[in-house]
Amino acid sequence: MMTPPATASVETSRPTLKQRLQRLSLGRWLVILIPMLWLAAFFFVPFLVVFKISLSEAMIAVPPYSPLLEWDPDSAFATLRVTFGNYLFLFESRFYLDAYLSSLRIAAVSTFFTLLIGFPIAYLIARSGPTSRTILLSLVILPFWTSFLLRVYAWMALLKKNGLVNDILMSVGLIDEPLQILQTDFAVYLGIVYTYLPFMILPLYTQLEKMDMSLVEAALDLGARPWRAFCLVTLPLAKPGIIAGCLLVFIPAVGEFVIPSLLGGSDTLMIGRVLWDEFFLNRDWPLASAVAIVMLIVLVGPIMFMRNGNKEAV
Amino acid sequence: MSVSSGSPIITSQTLPTWRQKEAEPFVRIEQINKQFGDFTAVNDVSLDIYKNELFCLLGGSGSGKSTLLRMLAGFESPTSGRIIIDGVDMSHVPPWERPVNMMFQSYALFPHLSVEANVAFGLKREGLPNHEVKKRVAEMLDMVQLGHLARRKPHMLSGGQRQRVALARSLVKQPKLLLLDEPLGALDKKLREETQFELMRIQEELGITFVVVTHDQEEAMTLATRIGVMNNGVIVQTAEPHEVYEYPNNRFVAEFIGNVNIFDGTVVTDERDSATIHCADTDSLIYVDHGISCAPNQGVSVAIRPEKMRISREAPTEINNHVSGVISEVAYMGSQSIFKVRLPSGKEIRVTQPNAQRDTGDRLTWDDKVHLSWDADSSVVLTS
Repeated sequence: MMTPPATASVETSRPTLKQRLQRLSLGRWLVILIPMLWLAAFFFVPFLVVFKISLSEAMIAVPPYSPLLEWDPDSAFATLRVTFGNYLFLFESRFYLDAYLSSLRIAAVSTFFTLLIGFPIAYLIARSGPTSRTILLSLVILPFWTSFLLRVYAWMALLKKNGLVNDILMSVGLIDEPLQILQTDFAVYLGIVYTYLPFMILPLYTQLEKMDMSLVEAALDLGARPWRAFCLVTLPLAKPGIIAGCLLVFIPAVGEFVIPSLLGGSDTLMIGRVLWDEFFLNRDWPLASAVAIVMLIVLVGPIMFMRNGNKEAV
Repeated sequence: MSVSSGSPIITSQTLPTWRQKEAEPFVRIEQINKQFGDFTAVNDVSLDIYKNELFCLLGGSGSGKSTLLRMLAGFESPTSGRIIIDGVDMSHVPPWERPVNMMFQSYALFPHLSVEANVAFGLKREGLPNHEVKKRVAEMLDMVQLGHLARRKPHMLSGGQRQRVALARSLVKQPKLLLLDEPLGALDKKLREETQFELMRIQEELGITFVVVTHDQEEAMTLATRIGVMNNGVIVQTAEPHEVYEYPNNRFVAEFIGNVNIFDGTVVTDERDSATIHCADTDSLIYVDHGISCAPNQGVSVAIRPEKMRISREAPTEINNHVSGVISEVAYMGSQSIFKVRLPSGKEIRVTQPNAQRDTGDRLTWDDKVHLSWDADSSVVLTS
């Protein structure tokens, strides 16, 4: 006894993008136009410029790369000069591949720990009373009131050889000699987790806060132990928040430059640093641009993957 | 499929279980207390519920009825006292180990699971084999007539359908005791009536003991075998629906259930089979056909239901039990009319009359001077 018409209408009623655009009135078009223009002017055009530079060759000139179109003063024709040499160079050199992989690894591990630490905090805030909820939420946001750079410097002061952390560990007697914490991968993980924690907590909190707590009770009532109830009910319902939080942490962490250069050691290889070095130290703008374009492409994969996961969850 | 065959109900064709002296209660609540900080939500409640009962806990918000239900489910543990279900002390057993299931007021259907998976959730936790789970889920969905919607997600269902999924999910584990928190609260009036009878049918068919929490006295009256009326954390009266209505044992119950007119007065005479009460609002003494067994001049309240009063333009011939006044409001409801009559003392009395005859043109109306009267066995004397 199926009722196909009713079911079918629910599945197919979602309009395509084209249909949705056609339905918009002029006023709505204007509302959309402003952010569209913004994105075009400050994201798409710069992207094209970077892409263009990545196709040229480095030169000692101002600007330091070969022009894409070269006008021959004798004829009316322009020569188009395109090279994929920068991209080929990226793939030939082990160094860049390692930098990409290392960035992805550091970002992934940091995202995992941010989630591990952020979830219980978000859960606690979502479950607490209205007054303490406001206080806890403002505590999460409070670090943003000081500059990000200052906070990373503060971590340097804490982690250095004669810094607070080593002093405490020595005075307690856990260690005899100061530990090398600063300029290790551990310090980079610590820095990323610390910096990006609020970006994980906030979307998780929003998701958990609107969850009906009687759902967990229903699971317990139906025979699920608390841990099972968490895995079968809370976690799947928090999925959109988990995905949003992970994206907000993972994407900037991949391209992170300040944290690895200030907290990491010389062997902490991250693509953001490579980009910086190519751009400012080597003055190889085309190669730096190619690094940036490849990074963007590398990131598109996980974003699309997680977005699809998000759609299912809704 | 009559599960109830062999249950103690068979032994008494005449008396329901709860009236048999020797009957063993199925759920035994012994002097339960629940404190939330300084607030006493449930105050020394003792209650016996028998097998196959459909017991209603009736009360306003904050009366403690939901807390009591949550203690039966295991979501709250009592501050003191015991809960015994089918002979086993369950006071501190966690919800996932109790042979009890609950249907939540919000239904609490898992939004990420299909109807089928929602119903299967409890069975899977028991570790039943897949084909067994499938079979029982299908049976249960057929019983609530939702077999054709098994693959839908809860948000694609109507309110009534969701309610039935919630019911199926809570019944599929065949609990010894089913708890229902405001089961019909979210449904519209017509659906509510249908569902009431549906609930009663299912309860009879499966022979599961139901405890229903509701604030709706009409719902409690229709559904329940017995009603426990709660107020301020205490059960003020436990009785069958008609008893609660006809013989409320205190003023709160009388006023909470249905409409009632209450006259405050003092006892004039008190004998074994009759009593008279003086009341400032009435023209005559109030005469009741039973003794009150209290001190003379004690203050009492006399409760009379609106439908048990007669209203007429002619003065009654009886000596007692009448009062006169002026009609201040009339509401014609089709099957009956409601009159509000203002007494000389300023008190307003509510009277309902069935419209047994077609209107012949001399209907009672605003500002008519009328006499109200009632029988000696119509009133209830309340001492508390």
